[in-house]
Amino acid sequence: MPDQQPTVARTLLKKGQPETDTWALSRDSEALPEQRPAIVPLALWLDAKEDSGLAPWLPSDTALDSELAKELASAPRIAIDFPAFTDGRGYTLARMLRERFGYQGEIRAIGDVLVDQLYYMSRCGFDALALRDDQLLEDAQRALGAFSVSYQPGVDTKEALFERRLREGNHS
Amino acid sequence: MYRYDNYDQTLVDERVTQFRDQMTRYLDGRLGEEEFRPLRLQNGLYIQKYAPMLRIAIPYGMLSSDQLRRLASIARRYDRGYGHFSTRQNLQLNWPAIETVPDILGELAEVQMHAIQTSGNCIRNTTSDQFAGIAADEVEDPRPWCELIRQWSTLHPEFAFLPRKFKIAVTGASSDRAAIQVHDIGLRLWRDDEGEVRVRVLAGGGLGRTPMIGDVVRDDLPWKHLLTYLEACVRVYNQFGRRDNKFKARIKILVKALGIEEFRRRVDAEWEHLKDGPQTLTPAAVEAAKTHFPEPERRPVSDEAIAAYEQQRQEDRALARFVTNNVTDHKVAGYKAVTLSLKRRELAPGDVTSDQMEAVADLAERFSFGEVRVTHEQNLVLSDVPVDQMVALWQALDELGMANPTVGTLNDIICCPGGDFCGLANAVSIPIAQALQERFEDLDFLYDLGPLDLNISGCMNACGHHHVGHIGILGVDKKGEEYYQVSLGGNSTDDASLGKILGPSFYREDVPDVIDKVLKVYVESRHADERFLDTYRRIGIKPFKERVYA
Ligand code: SF4
Repeated sequence: MPDQQPTVARTLLKKGQPETDTWALSRDSEALPEQRPAIVPLALWLDAKEDSGLAPWLPSDTALDSELAKELASAPRIAIDFPAFTDGRGYTLARMLRERFGYQGEIRAIGDVLVDQLYYMSRCGFDALALRDDQLLEDAQRALGAFSVSYQPGVDTKEALFERRLREGNHS
Repeated sequence: MYRYDNYDQTLVDERVTQFRDQMTRYLDGRLGEEEFRPLRLQNGLYIQKYAPMLRIAIPYGMLSSDQLRRLASIARRYDRGYGHFSTRQNLQLNWPAIETVPDILGELAEVQMHAIQTSGNCIRNTTSDQFAGIAADEVEDPRPWCELIRQWSTLHPEFAFLPRKFKIAVTGASSDRAAIQVHDIGLRLWRDDEGEVRVRVLAGGGLGRTPMIGDVVRDDLPWKHLLTYLEACVRVYNQFGRRDNKFKARIKILVKALGIEEFRRRVDAEWEHLKDGPQTLTPAAVEAAKTHFPEPERRPVSDEAIAAYEQQRQEDRALARFVTNNVTDHKVAGYKAVTLSLKRRELAPGDVTSDQMEAVADLAERFSFGEVRVTHEQNLVLSDVPVDQMVALWQALDELGMANPTVGTLNDIICCPGGDFCGLANAVSIPIAQALQERFEDLDFLYDLGPLDLNISGCMNACGHHHVGHIGILGVDKKGEEYYQVSLGGNSTDDASLGKILGPSFYREDVPDVIDKVLKVYVESRHADERFLDTYRRIGIKPFKERVYA
């Protein structure tokens, strides 16, 4: 089980660059932590939204509808939890926040965040990656730049490759 | 065939670099076993019972002769000189050393191939009709669409960690040779009154532990929405598919749990937001995909040559047998598609040696524009053979041991690697196939039986598609012993159905006798010209049961 004490991520990659993180993460679903600023469970945050030192984290099974999105619009940042790296729901949540609901603030991946997911995460709109403690920064930065081309549009590029090819007159 | 441009090439090259890095980190301990697992799987690498297995993608079954030669040389250099064509139109190597896999992937990239997403909980290789582009009953060539789907699904950032694997099959013909009803998503391309391509989208079919026939989610999707609609389907699955139980994680369970109406409602609600978005196809995009699949420059075959071929066929009984069973009509007069049988007793179903691969590559160049197709029945196809070359090809195939005139008969067994190779197996499957091929080798008997699909899987995972065999055989484990369960009445084509279990399972030695009894009931009960499947459907399972368990 994750530590119940609020912790500050050891390594945060913000837009690809390492950053010292100031936000504590609390997984305590019962009560708000003392620390500020802190990322807290969505349910707690919804009742304490006016506290600008708090931001929510979303469990991977969050039902993200327009009502919730409206609430989240004012969040100073939003974290999405990966309870296991094999749980791919967070990718969809991030894309929906960015592409459907137009959220502009930081979207942070927390939990089981491993080097080899980062490329996909960044394409889905995560711009802050709180790596799991054992992950190495240099591996992470290399993995982020693994691909220079992608077939699908994503949060990073609005154009499908088939369209780009036509635009460039390169469809041989 | 599809040819890579710089973008495609860059992507597969970068993929090799990425996997080389991942392998290095795995070997030096930075990457744990569990964490490496999905990464290696999504590059086709399994860790199996006796050795690793590498599954190489053959997108919708299309191979060039150069690619086939490269597969031959890879199998020789990194493996034991042979490969196995699977029921999903892929090629599997059974004995590569783990550390060499990045090199193998590098060699594949040089000939525009890869092993991306051939395993793991992601969108797998899209499969299709082995007679795509040449079938007389085709309304739309599925290959350009398959290629568009391949690109859309390759390294899709949102769908690399789905609840479970996800398989898509596409047909554009009036008879379904791609088994679209037993895929997570099955697509049928058809034309409306205006001649526009529409897509029937099926979801929730599949084999495995809980076999199901897919339901229609949408009947008449306009072609330009194909990718956005697929994205909506997979997104709904990614969000709502079960993740708590591996055996309940396929989309079929979700579709069943929600009911097709509710599933459709969710997909449509999702699609509302994606529709007309940047993945909407345009005429120019589809045209560009189609330019990769031009009609080959077929020389005309004269009427005299066609007549001469018909004449030979009538005079030579052996040739006639071959043509009847292994040769398929072509949309162009004077041309035929020829199926190369990979079902011969010396080798497991679907196995091909490196020497044979090279020989087939030569034949493809000599007789069929340098292209080879892989079928889900684990055979190969040369799709464009002029009839005046038929005899020469037939003789060459005979020398290669690939002219067995038994395609579509009981002898043309679909069979997974089973307990001889696969770590998940309950029982061996290849020896069962071989015992049956030995027992039922008399050609006249096989022909008398007519079209008969016999499919064998070594476990519930159903890689050998046993549920949709007219006769299905499944390896089961009873207290550590190998037993075999027989089912009847499955079918993977248009009127798809799932086989029904005959009764208690059998010892390995008894399987040929059991099948023999089943066949006898058929032969005694059939009406004139009735296929096994039709007889079964008419008389039901009871008479078979009574005979077998008498
Ligand atoms: S059906 Fe089972 S035994 Fe056969 S290849 Fe698949 S997993 Fe292995």
